[in-house]
Amino acid sequence: MTSKPAKAVQPKSFAFTAENLARAQKIIARYPQGRQASAVLPLLDLAQRQAGGWLPLAAMDHVAGILDMASIRVYEVATFYSMFNLDPVGRYLVQVCTTTPCWLCGSEAVAKACEDTLGIRFGETTPDGVFTLKEVECLGACVNAPMVQINDDYYEDLDADRARAVLQALKAGTKPKPGSQTGRQTSAPAGARTTLTAAKGAGGS
Amino acid sequence: MPKLVVDGREIEVPAGVTVLQACEAAGVEVPRFCYHERLSIAGNCRMCLVEMEKSPKPIASCAMPAADGMVIRTDSPMAKKARKGVMEFLLINHPLDCPICDQGGECDLQDQAMAYGFDRSRYIENKRAVEDKEFGPLVKTSMTRCIHCTRCIRFATEVAGVEDLGATGRGEHMEVGTYVEKALASEMSGNIIDLCPVGALTSKPYAFTARPWELRKTESVDVMDAVGSNIRIDARGNEVMRVLPRLNEDINEEWISDKTRFACDGLKRQRLDRPYVRRGGKLVEATWPEAFGAIAEAMKGKSGESIAAIVGDQCDAESMVALKDLVAQLDSPNIDCRQDRAKLDASCRAGYVFNTTIAGIEAADVALLIGTDPRREAAIVNTRLRKRHRMGGFAVGVIGPHIDLTYKYDYLGGGGQTLVELANGRHAFAERLKAAKRPMLILGQGALARPDGAAVLGVARKLAESFGMVRGADHAAGAWNGFNVLHTAAARVGGLDLGLVPGPKGRDVAGILDGAEAGDIKVVFLLAADEINTKRLGEAFVIYQGHHGDSGAQRADVILPGAAYTEKNGTYVNTEGRVQHGYAAISPPGDAREDWKILRALSERLGFKPAYNSLKQVRARLIEISPTFGRPDAIVPSAWGQFGQAQSPVQPQPFLSPVVNFYMTDPIGRASVTMAKCTQAFVLKPAGKTGTDG
Repeated sequence: MTSKPAKAVQPKSFAFTAENLARAQKIIARYPQGRQASAVLPLLDLAQRQAGGWLPLAAMDHVAGILDMASIRVYEVATFYSMFNLDPVGRYLVQVCTTTPCWLCGSEAVAKACEDTLGIRFGETTPDGVFTLKEVECLGACVNAPMVQINDDYYEDLDADRARAVLQALKAGTKPKPGSQTGRQTSAPAGARTTLTAAKGAGGS
Repeated sequence: MPKLVVDGREIEVPAGVTVLQACEAAGVEVPRFCYHERLSIAGNCRMCLVEMEKSPKPIASCAMPAADGMVIRTDSPMAKKARKGVMEFLLINHPLDCPICDQGGECDLQDQAMAYGFDRSRYIENKRAVEDKEFGPLVKTSMTRCIHCTRCIRFATEVAGVEDLGATGRGEHMEVGTYVEKALASEMSGNIIDLCPVGALTSKPYAFTARPWELRKTESVDVMDAVGSNIRIDARGNEVMRVLPRLNEDINEEWISDKTRFACDGLKRQRLDRPYVRRGGKLVEATWPEAFGAIAEAMKGKSGESIAAIVGDQCDAESMVALKDLVAQLDSPNIDCRQDRAKLDASCRAGYVFNTTIAGIEAADVALLIGTDPRREAAIVNTRLRKRHRMGGFAVGVIGPHIDLTYKYDYLGGGGQTLVELANGRHAFAERLKAAKRPMLILGQGALARPDGAAVLGVARKLAESFGMVRGADHAAGAWNGFNVLHTAAARVGGLDLGLVPGPKGRDVAGILDGAEAGDIKVVFLLAADEINTKRLGEAFVIYQGHHGDSGAQRADVILPGAAYTEKNGTYVNTEGRVQHGYAAISPPGDAREDWKILRALSERLGFKPAYNSLKQVRARLIEISPTFGRPDAIVPSAWGQFGQAQSPVQPQPFLSPVVNFYMTDPIGRASVTMAKCTQAFVLKPAGKTGTDG
């Protein structure tokens, strides 16, 4: 629901920490005088990070106050972008891409693996509040499909087992290396080169 | 001046207009939903698509500036197909519930679907459903019908100045609302009902009561405040169903305040529909001859000095002149139309009207508000001030209540001290006024209705003169009169024009009440006067003529049932001094009669025969007293003169606005259920946030 605030417990107040306030002022200073409303997106992001991954009403009102905007104008922005979470989320927000390229490469199995490993369905949070699982549209990493985004990191080239392994590692308290889980370098060809094979460095690696 | 061709017709339009406006100038209708002349351009409904030569796609005419050499076609196959497609898209998610929709019969979508749409639907999937929003006691929502034109959002943001509405979510999940639940805390909120092109926002009090084709429409004038907003009264049978605004660029543009629009249900309650006479301490029903007989009995042998009359805030000029003539015949100098005891001077017209005019506000560059809360005293004037503020280069200074006026202003101080300092040039804002090309001041009744009111008036006159607010003779080019009195009562300027003020040695309202309490005043005639302390009428014989059983009627010894503004042909003079005619939409209830006719009949019973027998003759009498009555709807510039007392001192107490509760300032509002609900929702609930703490 984006037409009204989350029913979840809304904190009564929110204020930037001194450190974040300084950062906010720096961001606002990037824009011309009187155009401070342009800083609404970075400031909401800052607020979301401070508030633990989601945007309570109080945080949006606080940003509106800093930028001298009407609160509704901030609500409009926050509800427009899916990157802003208006409900509380777990420590790890697992966003599984199921758009066509990922789906063609097996995102259904990845999604099922995530659900089974965490014991929750899309849109739910584990009872211990560590994981939240979400289904999202294309995150722009189709070359390395299928993929999931966990907080700020992309985990790519997944299948059911690799997805499970990533989540198990997070459960165990370690942070798996982001990026391709098959060991390929960023978005370089997955196997050996198929063209320009005579060129220098041909033959993979 | 770009020249363009619209549907084969060449037309020249002013620079800066849009293609849509150019089409209208050429007499071609272009369908639209989101575009509105008085709001910013959104360009999101796409209904106004037209074909432009050399453009591969149809263009949204509302958002395209007209340029030289354009060739526009609104009736080409491409334009027609584009409109048909847009209409089909709009109807995908719009419910086909016209039979149970209050907008039916006056719905832009309905009309345009008839004119430009497909004759059947190809859509078989489920329609979108949207939860209704709670906008308070005035606006009913049915958000599934919303087509996202955003007119209401733009109105709230731009015109009303209450930035509460927005569109949250996106794509199919976009919804118009306030996000956090809150009623629309604006005294102009009812206008979004008129703006909504579909049935998403409708009137809550009017819900399911009538269809537009059943209503008899009467064009009239509002009396709920002194603005004189032009209204249309919609009646069915002998019942006023609703009040809508009527276009008048000089006064209310096309807006009206919520009180004007929604107080009309008070016309059906607490009405005086037959004469009453007090017998043995109780009011009992009587006939007209009995009531007149009781008055004649009470008047017998009373000297003129012991008779007094007080005129109410919503009286028409016809009844006021009839009363004035009656009181004069009775040899009484005691008559007053200033119930609130404002120390206005009836001798100089420029000293009690809004000389700049409401539309003239747009030409001013600095405004000084003295003892007024225009947002609640005259919401339309405040809207115009906000419009001027949004045009830029406009400074507003406020002496008086420190409240949210929906625009930024410099708060100078609360009371007389600041005013005197400013008049003497010892205040920082004086520099602003000096530098201004067209400065204006607005003097509210809160500054005048106090013991030192005459002194305040005098200081304000001095201030206006010393800062160049009054220059040039009337009608002269470059003439400017920035001295304005903002009234709260629809009858006040008319009363002052007719000279309804105490004659030589006469008593004003305070004097009449003192006299009645002391027993010197034996008979008091209240012409719909309810805003006085009736407990102070002592032992006096009180005649109340009016339409509502309010405080005046409760104290009365004889009640003469009159007509409300919707039930009589009356003349009203608004705060600008503009004479306007209101027309009867329905007839008065029961035995009630038009007020001037009652007074004429009473005069005859008391032995004086007025020289008028018809409305035409009464109006001739009005013109005889004040020639301005002969020029309805026009502004007659008033000559500057001497008024107020510049000598006596101004007290330092803060100026308070007379309007504490915007929704209940008169007998009609106090009898209205809708206004009671608004009072509950907006005045009582957020204690300390509205005019109550002004």
